[in-house]
Amino acid sequence: MSVKDLLTNPDILRELIMDHYQYPHNHELTKDTSYLRRHMASESCIDDITVQAKIDDGIIRDIRFDGVACTISTASTSMMTDLLIGKTIPEAQEIVSDYFHMVAGEDYDADLLEEAVAFKNVYKQANRIKCATIGWNAIKEILQESETQHDGQE
Amino acid sequence: MFDVKKIREDYPMFANHPDLVYFDNGATTFKPKPVINAVMDFYNSGTSNVHRGDYPLSVHADQLYDGARVKIAKFINCDPKEVAFTAGTTASMNQIAYGMEHVFLKPGDVILTTRTEHASNLLPWYRLEKNCGIKVEYIPADSQGRVHIEDAENAMHDKVKAIVIACVNNVLGAVQPIKELAKLAHEHGAYIVVDGAQSVPHRKTDVKDLDIDFLAFSGHKMCGPGGTGVLYGKYELLERMDPISLGGGMNARFDSCGDVILKSAPEKYEAGTPNIEGVIGLGAAAEYLMSIGMDNIHEREKQLRGYFAEKVKQLDNIEFYNPDNETGPVAFNAKGVFAQDAAGYLASQGIAVRSGNHCAKILHEIIGTDQTIRASLYLYNTEEEVDRCVKAMSEITLESAIGIFF
Repeated sequence: MSVKDLLTNPDILRELIMDHYQYPHNHELTKDTSYLRRHMASESCIDDITVQAKIDDGIIRDIRFDGVACTISTASTSMMTDLLIGKTIPEAQEIVSDYFHMVAGEDYDADLLEEAVAFKNVYKQANRIKCATIGWNAIKEILQESETQHDGQE
Repeated sequence: MFDVKKIREDYPMFANHPDLVYFDNGATTFKPKPVINAVMDFYNSGTSNVHRGDYPLSVHADQLYDGARVKIAKFINCDPKEVAFTAGTTASMNQIAYGMEHVFLKPGDVILTTRTEHASNLLPWYRLEKNCGIKVEYIPADSQGRVHIEDAENAMHDKVKAIVIACVNNVLGAVQPIKELAKLAHEHGAYIVVDGAQSVPHRKTDVKDLDIDFLAFSGHKMCGPGGTGVLYGKYELLERMDPISLGGGMNARFDSCGDVILKSAPEKYEAGTPNIEGVIGLGAAAEYLMSIGMDNIHEREKQLRGYFAEKVKQLDNIEFYNPDNETGPVAFNAKGVFAQDAAGYLASQGIAVRSGNHCAKILHEIIGTDQTIRASLYLYNTEEEVDRCVKAMSEITLESAIGIFF
């Protein structure tokens, strides 16, 4: 079975979410002040997470997160860290933008999102879209901040 | 004889949602036909403003509006002039805090409350802490949210000017000893302010018997229209207090020097055009509940809640926070599953509950978790609905909660 087949199998996608919830990746904050950080406290539920990212020379070297959050928030943020570490800012922005299209129920490129296609049905439950985007919104803001800083240096 | 089947026929929501189990009555309640009709009749054939109308329709609107005041007075056993209509419990609580700040309190005075209170019963007092040096102190509550009178006695001292407390807690359903607390407050020259949002809809509330100084409650949690509520106060206190809002309908006269003579209570608390149709609907709701009988409603809910609690106790996958409280919501979590995920699974099975901290954001200091699921009942809920909810609760696992997305 190809990876593509696996990522269309609902049982596999459910397992992926469970796995990322129970054993989230990159789930430890650092005190290193060279990381940019965003604290995201949902106004509509009790999700409260912090995302940190180290960006050097336009490349995302590391992303970390921690906080209190539901399965969808935790797993979607965990997958986000896996997907974006090592990417350039434009590459990351393309993936982030694609992900937001998917959770809005719009056309998207599944190949770009890899495991994160597990959240393709979240748009059907409007009250959970915030859960699936809380960590992604954090990285979106961090990427913007990094670009602004970078522009300033030039 | 309490005929729940017949009662359900009063509510169009059940006919329109035959498969829904609605256990979110702590948030808001369904409306029975007499309430809907009272509001619709006003729109269809009674529309007019209140206050000094010179034509029959307006006089009739005044009669309906003041008639609702009489019904509410009967409902909580007070004088109609002790009933001011507000937008809800929150508005009533803010008015009480504002009024007390300006007339009854001075810097260094203490408000005694509990950590189990709803935001609407804490934040107005926190503001007084910041604005004018009032201190907020807490009576300890036990693990199921109950305040014991000995603890209240120990927490009481001469600086305490008011005990502020919900009669029934909105998450755990703890019933507080209001009559004893009122007595304790009065012995120390303090007032008692009661948040009745979760109690007035469910049990008989007799403000005279309880000797309550102020009571706040909402219309929409007792089968009434949204945006309605009541501020009850002993008349002498309402007369002394200042209104938070100024405007039309509440002043007797004023001049360009800024001298204003306010009307007497309760009108002075009702600035602007009131929510006339809402108030008329609220009067109809009180009448409806009284026709069934508040004691009957209370007994029925106790019985149903007991039935629910016994079943929930048997579920190994459920952490049940308030098994011993005889009324109020069933507060729980599915072990190892985040509250919102578990509530999402229940929703997928047609069961409406609420997850989160329920605006009681310092309650976690008592129960050790900042998120719960709250299943809250009302007079129209049934054993069959409880069975469906319990079955769905037994099925909550991490896997089933995530499964709703596939």
